[in-house]
Amino acid sequence: MKLDRRLLLAIGVIGLATVVWLLLTIGLIASTLAPAQRALVAEQLAPRFVLIGMTWLFGLVAIGATLRWLFRRYASAPGRLLEQTQVLLAAPKAAPMNHHGTKETRALAEAIFQLAAQRDSLREDVATQITNANLGVQQEKNRLAALMAELTQSVVVCNLDGRIILYNSRARLQFKALSQAPTLAGGAELIGIGRSIYAVFDRQLVAHALESVQQRLSRGAGSPSAQFVTTTQAGQLLKVQMAPVRNVDEGSAEITGFVLMLDNVTRAFEEEHLRDQLLHGLTEGTRSSLASIQAAVDMLAYPDLEEPMRERFLAVVREEVQSMSQRINGMTQKAAQGLKARWPMEEMLGSDVLLAAQRRIEARTGRSVTLENQDASLWLRVDSFSLTQALDYLAMRLVDEFDIKFFRLRLSANGQRGQLDLIWSGQAMSTETVMSWEMDAMRFGVESTPLTVRDVVERHGGEMWFERERVRHEAFFRFLLPLVSVQEQFEVLQNQSDEGRPEFYDFDLFQTTDQTSALEDRLLGDLTYTVFDTETTGLNPSEGDQIIQIGAARCVNGKLLKQESFEQLVDPERLIPAVTIPIHGITQEMVRGKPKITAVLPAFHAFAQDTVLVAHNAAFDMRFLQLQERNTGLKFDHPVLDTLLLSAVVHPNQESHRLEAIAERFNITVLGRHTALGDALVTAEVWLRLIPLLQALGITTLRQAREAAQKTYYARLKY
Amino acid sequence: MSPTILVADDEPNIVISLEYLLRREGYTVLIARDGQEALDVITRDKPDLVLLDVMMPKKTGFEVCQEVRAVESLQGVRILMLTAKGRDTDVAKGMALGADAYMTKPFATRELVEKVAEILQRQA
Repeated sequence: MKLDRRLLLAIGVIGLATVVWLLLTIGLIASTLAPAQRALVAEQLAPRFVLIGMTWLFGLVAIGATLRWLFRRYASAPGRLLEQTQVLLAAPKAAPMNHHGTKETRALAEAIFQLAAQRDSLREDVATQITNANLGVQQEKNRLAALMAELTQSVVVCNLDGRIILYNSRARLQFKALSQAPTLAGGAELIGIGRSIYAVFDRQLVAHALESVQQRLSRGAGSPSAQFVTTTQAGQLLKVQMAPVRNVDEGSAEITGFVLMLDNVTRAFEEEHLRDQLLHGLTEGTRSSLASIQAAVDMLAYPDLEEPMRERFLAVVREEVQSMSQRINGMTQKAAQGLKARWPMEEMLGSDVLLAAQRRIEARTGRSVTLENQDASLWLRVDSFSLTQALDYLAMRLVDEFDIKFFRLRLSANGQRGQLDLIWSGQAMSTETVMSWEMDAMRFGVESTPLTVRDVVERHGGEMWFERERVRHEAFFRFLLPLVSVQEQFEVLQNQSDEGRPEFYDFDLFQTTDQTSALEDRLLGDLTYTVFDTETTGLNPSEGDQIIQIGAARCVNGKLLKQESFEQLVDPERLIPAVTIPIHGITQEMVRGKPKITAVLPAFHAFAQDTVLVAHNAAFDMRFLQLQERNTGLKFDHPVLDTLLLSAVVHPNQESHRLEAIAERFNITVLGRHTALGDALVTAEVWLRLIPLLQALGITTLRQAREAAQKTYYARLKY
Repeated sequence: MSPTILVADDEPNIVISLEYLLRREGYTVLIARDGQEALDVITRDKPDLVLLDVMMPKKTGFEVCQEVRAVESLQGVRILMLTAKGRDTDVAKGMALGADAYMTKPFATRELVEKVAEILQRQA
């Protein structure tokens, strides 16, 4: 143990003082003695001086020990307390101090600990509050996203730079229709978190709409919005409504982003156009014919008309009347084909319509209804409420007036339409009776509607009649109802299978702005990445090996967006060597009829637009992409990062930088390895974990990352 | 000498009646089957009045009307537009392009005869 200097000083002073005291005592005693006595004492004491020195030394040691004990007890205890308090200060959570000291310092230690404990509980409170607040915010975000997901209207939210922050599944479908490669990229090259909306809409158009919103806002309009209609590259007509996203502060006119509600009006517009054309043709054509007829008739009225002229005028009248009839027939046909019912209909699976009708009829009439669905894949476009109402009403009249006991509902396809029959057996009834029901307003006890069965049928653009099957003693009402086209069915199914609310939003993007600095100097955490992988027929692209699958995922704002992935098998236009099949699991059979690389690469290029490409052992994949540049005319000149090299930067002492080894190191669960998308997803996870590790090494920008990768040992190897 | 009237219409069924009618009324009648022919006849024969159909092949009645009005020497030619287009915007366009009157098909021949007489009167 180190001796305190103050303690040594004190002991020295006491030693000196006792020596002085001893000498003084001896001097005083000596001065009272006679010289003979003094000599005798000196003579007696002289040989015993050592003894005196010994007692002095002993006394000094005793005093020193006492002092040291006192010093430790009273002077160094506060010092130790200080150190312990400092520990407490730095600790995230206070532990009771094991302090040995005086009563006073122990009490002090206790008080300090209590203060620290108070601090801890305050800290915890704040943390809990923050967590709760965050949770609330997160919940609100989730709720909003859920709401959006359920909307049947397409919604896209963008920040001021036009980067997409949120979109719903409806919008995704809509964009799929806009995509020029719908079967390949499926619109994922157009819509995606962090992608620019200007890939779809003209920047000027959006800017103009935003400006007019801003103007209205500054004039104090409550909820300003703007509208525009635009044609897309794929020739679709979109009606877009824009509403601003404003700063949360009350009264602030600052816009931080905008909401776009999209409506594909192509079909509606075409119908409108057709209707216009029909009307136009009808009026103009009819006017001309009428003019000819009227003039001819006027001429015929002259009494002095010669016979040949009379014949000619009569011929004019006959001809024009005939052409008018033809025209009107043509119109009606076109109108019936082209014009769909304007009542808002919903697409429903036929069996769901049957079930709904069954439940309703059974509940009201108490009669049993059996179902016969002859084509389970039928989708109907119906107003299901009024349709079940009509079926129910007819069943009710049958029960009331003819006491029918059992009903059957049968659904089957009938050409372009669905055929829904309400069947019963029993006594014969006159067609006039039952068909008169269709013109009665439907009434159910006290509940009545102004609608008739006929109205319902017309609303569906369908037909309805009564038919008898004498052999089986059965009769039925047959409804012809519109079917949903295969394309629309696909949309409906997609809409329904799009489970839940995936990562279709990233509100953090509200905070980011497009930086003017070049990509090279952007922070790694701010960039958008396309992480991809390819499966190939072999290792040597220069010797004719080809890509057979491309998989890719997007990373935006440090998050992996699994929903926005790209996966496509490619027909390599050559045989897949049998030895490679166990590696990638892709057989000749699987690539048959798939698009060729020249069709797939443009879609992938669009998917990767404005992003940094990331791949494991990127040089290999890039060789394959670049060898196709001449065929497709597309340059893959994106910045490229290689997770293999960057892993070597971060962990230079590891032996293996194979994807599996790195994934194991990072504890990443590997699913579907050795499919292109499976590997791309693992690579993406690896990349997201590498970013903070690179940052810890001071590698924060894209440029630094690329330079660091170049310097690794692996980068010097040739492939 | 009786006034000359050009009937410009691609519908033979109306031309036959108009020709008969106007001859009966004592006018000299010329016929044109399309816009270009109408323009040629107008330039060559300078009729007193043209019954001009709007919807014609080669050149529409609007175009013919505009071109005639652009030529100084043809200012004396009166133009009565006949059309199946019934919209007020079409009437406005016809009058703006220099037509003297406008009739929408179908029309009563008596009214047409009165209108023709009135326009020719105006000129005189």
